[in-house]
Amino acid sequence: MEDQESQEIILKGIGGSPGICIGKAYLVDKEGVDVVKQYIVRKAFLPAEVGRFKTAVRKAGEALQRVIDKTPEELRQHVQILETHMLLLKDKMLYDRTIEVIEGEHVNAEWALKKVVSQVKPMFENMSNDYLRQRAEDITHVADRIMENLVGGEHVNIARIDKRVILVARDLSPAETSQIQLERIKGFVTNRGGHASHTSIIARTLEIPAVMGVGNATLKINNDDIIIVDGGTGTVVVHPTEQTLLATEERREQYEIRKAQMARTSHLPAKTQNGQLISVMGNIELPEEVVALLDHGGDGIGLYRTEFQYLSRPDFPSENGLFENYKDVIDVMGNRPVTIRTLDINGDKAVNYIHENQEANPALGLRAIRYCLRKPDIFQTQLRAILRAAAHGNVRILLPMISGIEEVEKAIALIDDAAESLEKQGLAYNRDIPIGIMMEVPSAVVTADILAEKADFFSIGTNDLIQYTLAVDRGNRHVAHLHQPLHPAILRLIKGVCDVAREKGIPTYMCGEMAAAPLFAPILLGLGVEELSMNPQAIPVVKSAIRSLNLAGIDTLIAEMMRLTTARAIQDFLTQHFGEAVTRLGAAGSDQ
Amino acid sequence: MKAAQTITLRIVNALGLHARSAAQLAKLAAQAKGGVWIDKNGNRADATSLLDILTLACPQGTEVTVSIDDEADMETLEQMAALIRSGFGE
Repeated sequence: MEDQESQEIILKGIGGSPGICIGKAYLVDKEGVDVVKQYIVRKAFLPAEVGRFKTAVRKAGEALQRVIDKTPEELRQHVQILETHMLLLKDKMLYDRTIEVIEGEHVNAEWALKKVVSQVKPMFENMSNDYLRQRAEDITHVADRIMENLVGGEHVNIARIDKRVILVARDLSPAETSQIQLERIKGFVTNRGGHASHTSIIARTLEIPAVMGVGNATLKINNDDIIIVDGGTGTVVVHPTEQTLLATEERREQYEIRKAQMARTSHLPAKTQNGQLISVMGNIELPEEVVALLDHGGDGIGLYRTEFQYLSRPDFPSENGLFENYKDVIDVMGNRPVTIRTLDINGDKAVNYIHENQEANPALGLRAIRYCLRKPDIFQTQLRAILRAAAHGNVRILLPMISGIEEVEKAIALIDDAAESLEKQGLAYNRDIPIGIMMEVPSAVVTADILAEKADFFSIGTNDLIQYTLAVDRGNRHVAHLHQPLHPAILRLIKGVCDVAREKGIPTYMCGEMAAAPLFAPILLGLGVEELSMNPQAIPVVKSAIRSLNLAGIDTLIAEMMRLTTARAIQDFLTQHFGEAVTRLGAAGSDQ
Repeated sequence: MKAAQTITLRIVNALGLHARSAAQLAKLAAQAKGGVWIDKNGNRADATSLLDILTLACPQGTEVTVSIDDEADMETLEQMAALIRSGFGE
């Protein structure tokens, strides 16, 4: 408010997560996040510590009462929430228990409160009822008010933000993001990072807007500045003028309406304006995720990651255990395709009973198909389970980390062995299912014409393909910004796979982050990807984007795009041609 | 110590025991001298704690038993029962 005279500044970045928000900036400096400290309180001082807690609660209550008194008639609804908060301040489960912890464990009030809240919150967060689950936020809110009085008002930190803010940072590591109370955050702006960075993924999961790769956001934005974040166009406006604010508010409302429309239309097929039908599928890891996938309108499972059954237990799962797991998923999916990726154990998901020797470079080591071919007995167990499950639905097998044709041939031989042994035992199975290759190693892409002879489909795994092609570990914050899906090399590889597949008469699918970006949908479809698979939350938006597209004449645009030389130029090109359509999505899709 | 008293009844309001209705119950229960409890399917909540009541998760149609430890709190018990029967005035 006090900065009315300040000049409006527009910063350009990369859209990390769609949506529009207006709010106050909260800068995270490089020291990152400070957390509540724990210290021991000597017995003699415990009554004083309890007193300190009681005073903090009383002050929080007085502050709340002042807010209630000041609230005008027309905001009665809001006051009811505050009155609930008043009661919560003295609720036995928070108040009495915190005092018990201070006295019983001889710890400071802040720590005791934090401990009690972390015990009570999950009781609500784990409830099946939406309404009750959201009460966890009331608890956070009340605890924050007490905490503020315990620590002293001016000492605000990231783990205890008492108002809804937009986080502005150079970069946020997964560790930092994990300490933020994400329900407090309206949006994200970071200097570095891109569409595939951890913060973007978090933002998309939470469905809050994010703009990444702004470059100098932390220099141009000050704490408490009013800023606008538009994750669809990748822009940030600092010190917006009144006109900009009004216009943005209008666009934000439009966006919310469209989002609601999208959710309602997510069960309709994803058909472009010129009549091309695309399957929009979901990636899952746990059988339980199938429900979310169907709720969001998924046409099938494009990637069923099977590692979890191996990682969640001390020994190897049995064939029957795996079969039951797969069958559970297949039964829910009915006739829709279920693409089961064979075991892809790798560096960051090291199974504790396999650690035979530590590898210096696990991403390039014995993982996925390499591991399975080395341990045919373990692979056989999974293959038998998959073939048995395939008798009950529409199953495909997807082989990960293929780098050459020999691996495909060996895997197919083992699948045949599995089928033969099932036949001998007289168990129900189905060998007549599509076997596909995950295109994630550059050598596989380059030899796609050779691989196509043995494959029924290709599925491009963009996360690893980008990592291996650009030699970038996106978990490494120093190079994460180089993880660029739109790098000309990546687009050439995708085009290569699609061209070969078309020539050989097999379909090309895509799973991975890239498939979930609505802005990328036109070029992916234009290049010839027939099926996109993504995290279930992204399905409605992508379906909506596809419905709003007219791909007549896309070949010319793709030819033009393929001549561009940098990821940034390609990003701008896409924004220019499709940004408007994608931000406006739903409008075109819903009126038919 | 006098004998405990209980009343069993159904939640009739559409929203069930949500924050506002639970708060009204907790306020009433706070007036009691002895313990006041709400039971649902063998789970017991302290009726003076709004949070504890919410953790019972009682949608419309749930059968709950309200009980008091001390007969002297009979009036509180009856007020709470009346409030539940009235659907919390929704």
